[in-house]
Amino acid sequence: MKFQGKVWKFGDNIDTDLIIPARYLNISDGSELAKSCFIDIRPDFAEGVSYGDILVAGRNFGCGSSREHAPLAIKKAGISIVIAKSFARIFYRNAFNIGLPIIESEGAVEGLSEGEEAAVDLANGNIESIDNGTIFSTHPIPGFMRELISAGGLVNYIRSSKINI
Amino acid sequence: MPMTITEKILAFHAGVDQVSPGDLIEVKVDMALANDITAPLAIKTFREIGTEKVFDNEKIALVADHFVPNKDIPSAEQVKLMRKFANEHEIKNYFEGGESGIEHVILPEKGLVLPGQIVVGADSHTCTYGALGAFSTGVGSTDLGAVMATGEIWLKVPPTIKIEYEGNLLPGVRGKDLILYTIGLLGVEGALYSALQFSGKVIEGLPMSGRFTMANMAIEAGGKSGIIEPDEVTLAYVAERSASELLILRGDPDARYEKTVKITADEIKPQVAFPHSPANVHPVSEVGDIPLDQVFIGSCTNGWLEDLRDAANILQGKKIARGLRLIVIPGSPWIYKRAIQEGIIETFLDAGAVIGPPCCGPCLGGHLGVLAGGERAISTTNRNFIGRMGHPKSEVYLSNPLVAAASAITGKITASDEI
Repeated sequence: MKFQGKVWKFGDNIDTDLIIPARYLNISDGSELAKSCFIDIRPDFAEGVSYGDILVAGRNFGCGSSREHAPLAIKKAGISIVIAKSFARIFYRNAFNIGLPIIESEGAVEGLSEGEEAAVDLANGNIESIDNGTIFSTHPIPGFMRELISAGGLVNYIRSSKINI
Repeated sequence: MPMTITEKILAFHAGVDQVSPGDLIEVKVDMALANDITAPLAIKTFREIGTEKVFDNEKIALVADHFVPNKDIPSAEQVKLMRKFANEHEIKNYFEGGESGIEHVILPEKGLVLPGQIVVGADSHTCTYGALGAFSTGVGSTDLGAVMATGEIWLKVPPTIKIEYEGNLLPGVRGKDLILYTIGLLGVEGALYSALQFSGKVIEGLPMSGRFTMANMAIEAGGKSGIIEPDEVTLAYVAERSASELLILRGDPDARYEKTVKITADEIKPQVAFPHSPANVHPVSEVGDIPLDQVFIGSCTNGWLEDLRDAANILQGKKIARGLRLIVIPGSPWIYKRAIQEGIIETFLDAGAVIGPPCCGPCLGGHLGVLAGGERAISTTNRNFIGRMGHPKSEVYLSNPLVAAASAITGKITASDEI
């Protein structure tokens, strides 16, 4: 499972209010939410992001509220994967549950720059800077988690697996 | 092997004798909670999974509290969807209108959360119930939707960080100051993935309101849960609200903690968290001159009766500063009624406050007291992120209700002993 796209870089402690402010939470539709993604800190994001782009952030990404609207807005904005030094716990679960891949890598976050082209291979945990060929290795995402992403999230994964409800 | 209270609760609900930090377990859930913002997505998930019935219509709570009374058409549609679902599935604990208040206030108040239970909620402040000696944690809507279908959830057993508060509280210091100070010490990710356990002589002396405040803000240090071992104070609170048989668990004396932090309470002054992080704390005596446009007293952190009493004691016979807005929101209809009976509401009205209906209010910047660009507020809530209470160029400071009330009188951030 591989992703390639342009890097959008963010700092530490990006909270869910910054990802999608609460004033937009009177709706649940992902595509609508995506229009306001990062509106308070990167008003150019929703317009400028291209399908497949990669979000790179520092420590504790997604801290704050449990709103699933946050990973949903990022996914529907077109981001293919989020790389961060670390993720807040609820965001981490939510991202996988809605089928937004996320991966932790200190090195890649330090090494990748805003606007450059990068690629991520979830199966071997390699993150590559396309521009200069540097490869940052991190822990691969286990098979069942990759299946969860492929299925598009927990709901489809449950429906398509042998789990009995 | 010895276990902490958190490990014991998790082991019990997983049906095993023993768990250790890092174990992946599947547990039975005693209460699953969602609100008007998170329930619609959870209901969508539930429907997509395709089960016909919820796992137990008495173990789900749906609470309309974030954007209520409905602030606009989309919000009204969200509540309508939640209400319809609650009717369809005969959800016993559906709360709206005059029966509703802030989810994390009304659930304990109605005896719907008890010690030893596992509670998962599609709201990050679900960790509040740790004050009762329950394991409770916030999840997203998809997880919650799956729990509504199955009654179970997988969890990773968290390591426990134990904070021991010894010594004595200074005058004007409340649970809010203890937790703000602790978050300042640990940082916003200091307890990431961990259970944050509050203990020591000072905690034993705290009323339930202060304990709820502390557990409520465990998430602001990144914690998976906050927890306080049940004692006489807990049991007295629960006994007034529930006749159910209780599962009272406490940690073994030699249980293993990832880290133990000792804090001497005598060193903690009333705290103020500056923008834009709950960890950016300073003693109120050192804040300097910070003029304010708005003061908010309420929320799942500080909307308890004791909090309103604190604020009323400061505001008694006083007027708020000219040009400043003071918004007070009781956490539940019961608290509201008691506050009326005790004359607290009259004190607030005489001082010039606006009283809101029991709900989340301006805490999350969507409704009932949104800040304009450049405006500054002090608030008894839990988060002061950029844009949290409105315009991205507004500022939020966090404090206890005494400091908030004192600040409303002077129009700038003020220690309560200066009034």
